[in-house]
Amino acid sequence: MAAVTSQVSAPRRLLSELSGVARSREAVIVVAFLAVVAATTARNPAFVFSSDGWRDLLISPSILILIAAGQAMVVITRNIDLSVGSILGLTAYLAGRLLTDIPGIPIVAVFVIGTLAGVGLGLINAILIARFRLPALVVTLGTLYVFRGIDVLWAGATRIFPKDLPQEFLDLGTGQLMTIPYLTIIALVVVTGVWWYLKNTRAGRESYAVGSDPLAAVLHGLPSSRRIMVALVASGALAGFAGVLYLARYASADSQVGVGWELQSVAAVVVGGVAIFGGSGSVWGAAVGAVLLLTINRALPVVGVPDFWQRAVVGVLILAAIAADRYLLLRRARRPQTVRDTTSDRVAVND
Amino acid sequence: MTEQLLTQSPPEVAYPSHFKPLWRRTLLTHEGIVILLLGVVIVLASLLVPRFATPITLTFLLIDITPILLIALPMTLVIIVAEIDLSVASIFGLGSVSLGILFQAGVPIELAMIAAVAICAAAGAFNGFLISTVGLGSLPVTVGTLALYRGLAVGLLGTTAITSFPVEWTKLAQANVGQSGVPLVVLPTMVMIAIFVVVLHFTPFGRSLFAIGASAEAAHFSGVNVRRTKVILFIVSGAVAGLAGVFYTLRFGNAIGSNGLGIELAIIAAVVLGGVSIFGGRGTIVGAVAGVLLIGVLASALRLAKVPASTIDVITGVVLVLSAFTAIASRGFASRRRSPGRGEGAASAAKSGESGK
Repeated sequence: MAAVTSQVSAPRRLLSELSGVARSREAVIVVAFLAVVAATTARNPAFVFSSDGWRDLLISPSILILIAAGQAMVVITRNIDLSVGSILGLTAYLAGRLLTDIPGIPIVAVFVIGTLAGVGLGLINAILIARFRLPALVVTLGTLYVFRGIDVLWAGATRIFPKDLPQEFLDLGTGQLMTIPYLTIIALVVVTGVWWYLKNTRAGRESYAVGSDPLAAVLHGLPSSRRIMVALVASGALAGFAGVLYLARYASADSQVGVGWELQSVAAVVVGGVAIFGGSGSVWGAAVGAVLLLTINRALPVVGVPDFWQRAVVGVLILAAIAADRYLLLRRARRPQTVRDTTSDRVAVND
Repeated sequence: MTEQLLTQSPPEVAYPSHFKPLWRRTLLTHEGIVILLLGVVIVLASLLVPRFATPITLTFLLIDITPILLIALPMTLVIIVAEIDLSVASIFGLGSVSLGILFQAGVPIELAMIAAVAICAAAGAFNGFLISTVGLGSLPVTVGTLALYRGLAVGLLGTTAITSFPVEWTKLAQANVGQSGVPLVVLPTMVMIAIFVVVLHFTPFGRSLFAIGASAEAAHFSGVNVRRTKVILFIVSGAVAGLAGVFYTLRFGNAIGSNGLGIELAIIAAVVLGGVSIFGGRGTIVGAVAGVLLIGVLASALRLAKVPASTIDVITGVVLVLSAFTAIASRGFASRRRSPGRGEGAASAAKSGESGK
């Protein structure tokens, strides 16, 4: 393999890498996203070319991107985290209570406490799944109910109102830097960080190996439990962080914040090409999947489809994405081994 | 020599569980514990919660859990073959909306009911086609059709609700058996439970489900038609979800796109609580029914005891996680007895890697 690459001249290698990027799974979703935006903008230019349209385009998916990034980390290790919606709801209310009950609390402290709360809740999942070896689907389904129940018990019928929140906190949710909302910048930084971790660190590569073939990973001596724990704690931390951002963005929170987000995040991950059986996909894919899902939601009414049909379109999108993945996998498997070895095609274990 | 052979006890390793006395084999199973717990909760609630042990409570308890109980039956079969169906609640809503639209369009109510169930069976068949024939994972597929079918239900009816159902049918859906407090719908539900018990535990088809859940490949090579079996299960799952949707619609006399929103996770929680392994290959109908009843009785008792409704969520979640421990406890015990070395760690570590599905 190394010998083959060294024979290829630099420009050709660059070209082949570029074509690899263009043919990657993420690129397909980006193209789909651009097509949706183009079609919608053709119908109504304000969808992109107005300050509100531009802002909504960037800001709406940013919180789901954070959740989807965490979900992608978990799914890559062949697990699943259904409790993210409940963690988001609980920390959003927690942040609201902190800001209301402790006047003058530094905003940084609220973010730190919210994220740490997410770490704590994620740690519960992580210990049950990685230490006691319980199935992730059952554990996180259970904690989905527990965390939501605690949220409802605590919040009851009360609600955090915008007037109780400090202005500088709310500015964080709506403000922007050179027409790019803060929330979008935060989401991009987080996704880049997680992507870099999974792509370049030893621990990140081990996460793929664990999800690709758990038994082989154990026999190879990889610390499977630790990788799974890190993924679940990171997912909890990101959900906790996203909860505080949710409060900053929407300026209000009740006990129903984040209901159903667990399935939305799974949908984003699936659309973004992260295989649900672990071992492949990238956080960028999940992030773009989240963007595509939420942009379609906003685009449909503009192109004249009643918004009642949104969910049906999202469903078709998810099915199309997994069917396309299956088709590509089969096509790759049919190609002769020699062709696969000498091209820059991604192997199943890779991202 | 021959004498010695004859007097030897039969090979013991083949049926290690038969070493245990009968009472331990029946009571100390996951199902036994859940049923025992159900009994304890019923007795405690009757003694401690005022108005729990009254006919009216029983009536509402039974009629409220009927849809979940119905859908839990095919869900048990689906989980036993190591698949999952997250789209049942959306199919439930689709059935409700189909019934409403067909009836409003002038179709006789009996025909509309049959057509609604048929539409839901077709929705289940589409799931089965994608999972079995195309070969996609049931989790992503049913996450997709969860959105798709709910979208169809909401899209077809918008925000309107259809409420003009014939009185004789809505009355029938709420009727009791004679003067007793037992709802009439309990009778067909018991028939359904009986059918599922017979099919799962007393037919070759039912045995083949456990074989598929334990190892689809091994089942295939022993002559089980894995693809066809899975398609059948998803069709049944869709049809029963539609049936539950039709009942729910008539009971409340209200067809609207949001009917049954989000109950899929509650159903799966109840089934898993009842001892059906999420990895497939293990579970009973009796256990699943007991799981549904346990959550239903707890919810009803807590509501009457004026405990905040969300406490039931916390309890459901904790019990669900605890129920996963019982499976792990028995597994750990068995493997420790078989291999008293270091092999156990690697074996269970490998198993944990499969978690999630």
